[in-house]
Amino acid sequence: VAAIGARPQIIAHEVDRPRRGWVQWLTTTDHKKIGILYLCTVLVFFVLGGVEALLMRIQLGTPENTFLTPEKYNEILTMHGTTMIFLVIVPVWAGFANYFLPLMIGARDVAFPRLNAWSYWMFLFGGIALYASMFFTPPEAGWFSYVPLSLKEFTPSNGQEAWIYMVHLTGLSSIIGAINFIATIHNMRAPGMGWGRMPLFVWTILIYAYLIILALTSLAASVTMLLLDRNFGTNFFDPNEGGSALLWQHLFWFFGHPEVYILVLPAFGVFSEILPVFARKPIFGYKAIAAATAGIAFLGMLVWAHHMFATPMSTVVLAFFMLSSFLIAVPTGVKIFNWVATLWRGTVEWTVPLLFCVGGIATFLMGGITGIFLAVFPVDWQLTDTYFVVAHFHYTAFGASAFAMVGALYYWFPKMTGRKMSEGLGRVSFVLFFIGFHLTFLVQHSAGLDGMPRRIYEYSSSAGWEVQNLISSIGSWVLALGILLTIINMVRSLKRGVIAGPDPWKANTLEWFTTSPPPVNNFDVIPRVRSVEPMKDIRRQIERQTGAPQRFEAGKPMVRA
Amino acid sequence: MTGRFPPSRPYTADAVPEVQSKTRRRLRVLAASMPVVVLGALLLAPTASAGWFLPQTDGSPNADGIRTLYILITVIGLVIFVGVEGLLIYSMIRFRARKGRVAAQIHGNTQLEIGWTVGAAAILVFLTVFTFLLLNDIKNPAASQIDSNGQPIAAAHAQFASTDQPAPPGGNSLNIKVIGQQYSWNFQYPQIDDKRVYAYNDMYVPVGMTVTLDVESVDVAHSWWIPQLGGKADAIPGYTNKMWFRIPVDAIPEGQDRVVYGGQCAELCGRNHADMVARVIGLRFDDWKSWYDSKAQQLKQAQDEGAAERKQLESSEGQ
Repeated sequence: VAAIGARPQIIAHEVDRPRRGWVQWLTTTDHKKIGILYLCTVLVFFVLGGVEALLMRIQLGTPENTFLTPEKYNEILTMHGTTMIFLVIVPVWAGFANYFLPLMIGARDVAFPRLNAWSYWMFLFGGIALYASMFFTPPEAGWFSYVPLSLKEFTPSNGQEAWIYMVHLTGLSSIIGAINFIATIHNMRAPGMGWGRMPLFVWTILIYAYLIILALTSLAASVTMLLLDRNFGTNFFDPNEGGSALLWQHLFWFFGHPEVYILVLPAFGVFSEILPVFARKPIFGYKAIAAATAGIAFLGMLVWAHHMFATPMSTVVLAFFMLSSFLIAVPTGVKIFNWVATLWRGTVEWTVPLLFCVGGIATFLMGGITGIFLAVFPVDWQLTDTYFVVAHFHYTAFGASAFAMVGALYYWFPKMTGRKMSEGLGRVSFVLFFIGFHLTFLVQHSAGLDGMPRRIYEYSSSAGWEVQNLISSIGSWVLALGILLTIINMVRSLKRGVIAGPDPWKANTLEWFTTSPPPVNNFDVIPRVRSVEPMKDIRRQIERQTGAPQRFEAGKPMVRA
Repeated sequence: MTGRFPPSRPYTADAVPEVQSKTRRRLRVLAASMPVVVLGALLLAPTASAGWFLPQTDGSPNADGIRTLYILITVIGLVIFVGVEGLLIYSMIRFRARKGRVAAQIHGNTQLEIGWTVGAAAILVFLTVFTFLLLNDIKNPAASQIDSNGQPIAAAHAQFASTDQPAPPGGNSLNIKVIGQQYSWNFQYPQIDDKRVYAYNDMYVPVGMTVTLDVESVDVAHSWWIPQLGGKADAIPGYTNKMWFRIPVDAIPEGQDRVVYGGQCAELCGRNHADMVARVIGLRFDDWKSWYDSKAQQLKQAQDEGAAERKQLESSEGQ
């Protein structure tokens, strides 16, 4: 590690004059600035999607409520799902990966910086296209836009076109971004960083990128067919003209299920990065976790029809998709066991990032187990399209992805801004977040078992679902408060947070080798990587050379905050 | 595999030995308490209020089968849930960072990892086998408890599952075409004694009779679902989906003449999706027969009146 104490070597000729003010944000091709643009945009959409969720919970809090009209309810339902999937969880990982992937592998930028900027702007305009329709006629056929409901005959408004346009723009954004990540990971790793020494977050982003290329291209083709059916007289999906209504469902879920793993795999990567740092222990079974990631992605391509168990299908098809869905539980289970084993016999520091990760794993486990119920197709015949499913996918998508993204925010905020977020406020936020989440979604399992279908704008007081829905609606506000506290914490810490220094957590990966925030070129000198935990090696070497202890001692606060 | 760097002294300190034995003891307690938890769940599950913990059923064999499967998965799921969450919480508390504690630098344990991979797979193999054992009774219509004249007949077993839903054994069944449309359900009854009957939203059936449904749609996708009578069948335009149920022959409470099961459309079908409700009303066979006859009479009368009016209108227009 010759890097320590080395003087920066900067070649200054032919360097553009740095731009200032807002122009630098419009014209930037720096992966860190683009990452921050992504994350800020995602935050805005996350708040919008959250407000939509609260509106739906207000409407459903009491029976026979008239707070929203059926039309408005369907529009908000569609916007909420579409926003959270396409404009929050997929791009949030693009944001974190943009900022941290080059830093973690010791690169100075992504492979194609201009293409990277284009990805971001297409994502932003996709989101704006969708939300612009709010002022005219928003889409109302659900985020899954099942045909024939989404055909012109049944949904004549142009909101559906806005939805298609958004899918195209954000889809292209994601595909181009994915190509960029793959090229970066394959070609730009630090010397010595073989596949077996790559951080697990980078592993999950690599698999996420491959899945995006496979799944989102399929979706792009499907929505193009829908666009043609709606406007140019083709009949891919119209059964009266020789088309097939089931074709859309197959095409959509061929994208839709890999999409689930696009949302969740990077969250697994975040768990695999943060847990070992705060357990002060190496990750348990590095190779198994990396292999499980690839295994989940492969099997994730083979399970799509388990979303369609109630459609006309033969037993052979039903059985195949049940078995493939079972199989995917094995690598997922392996990951959970490995995370628990990583904490085992460690010295676990209850920092806010760790709390969000462990809370996320605990929640995701529940979603994984309810997934087994849904994989058994006879049981799915009872549970599909009920609130049981709503609960299930919030336990997985929110449990893993949203918990992980807040955990990642607390963990990486010091690197992005140079300041730590408040631990105290973070803990309060976590408690509200955790309790609010389970209050909202646990009873929804019961509502579903009791016969409450999804996507209904009202229910009768004689149905017997008032208690479940009231609890759920109260929980949604607790959850919202938890999120609000984190946002306040973030804004406050930008100016008032404790100065973090380059490596506040004494973490394992290379992003902590450089200053916080990092300089434009990330690293003046890139160290040679000798293990999965290069920062541990570097600290060890410093300790050996200088005699000054670098290791964290259990039970002693590192940085006050 | 990752610790190629020779570990130096401060990083390799093992956990304190007496910690380990205490850990083992607590784990043993955790493992020992597991059967109690499972047993408790088993005993509580069937008696607990159905809507909160279990799928609904009222004796239709398919809904019963689904509930049995659900209970089985619940038991297995609870064991996994309690075990893993227990370990997670235990490690969070037991191994919390305290002064003087040192983390054990373990990179993995191949035997352990192979063990839990195989273990997880074994549980799923067991679940698969169990599902296929029960599948027969859920998917294929059971034999009717009464014949086409309403007389009770001895129970017979269904055939093994095949690709399509076979006809119920014994040949006694009532086949109803269920047609979804925005936002109501249309039921077309089979022709009996030269009479044709159709109805909207209320499906009258004889109790004890195996009812097979051909589920279709004329506009968008809907989903037929009466929770107490089994699972859903999506109604997709251009396709015919199959579903069946059999209300137990003794389902009508003493002193009453009918048993009513409610349900509603389960697939988003437009703005009034929430209002697309349906009921299945079970009658004793004789009551059902007279309902059928009077319904046929009403429909014929309405049709005749309509035809007469049309004729009148046509003739008046022709002048």
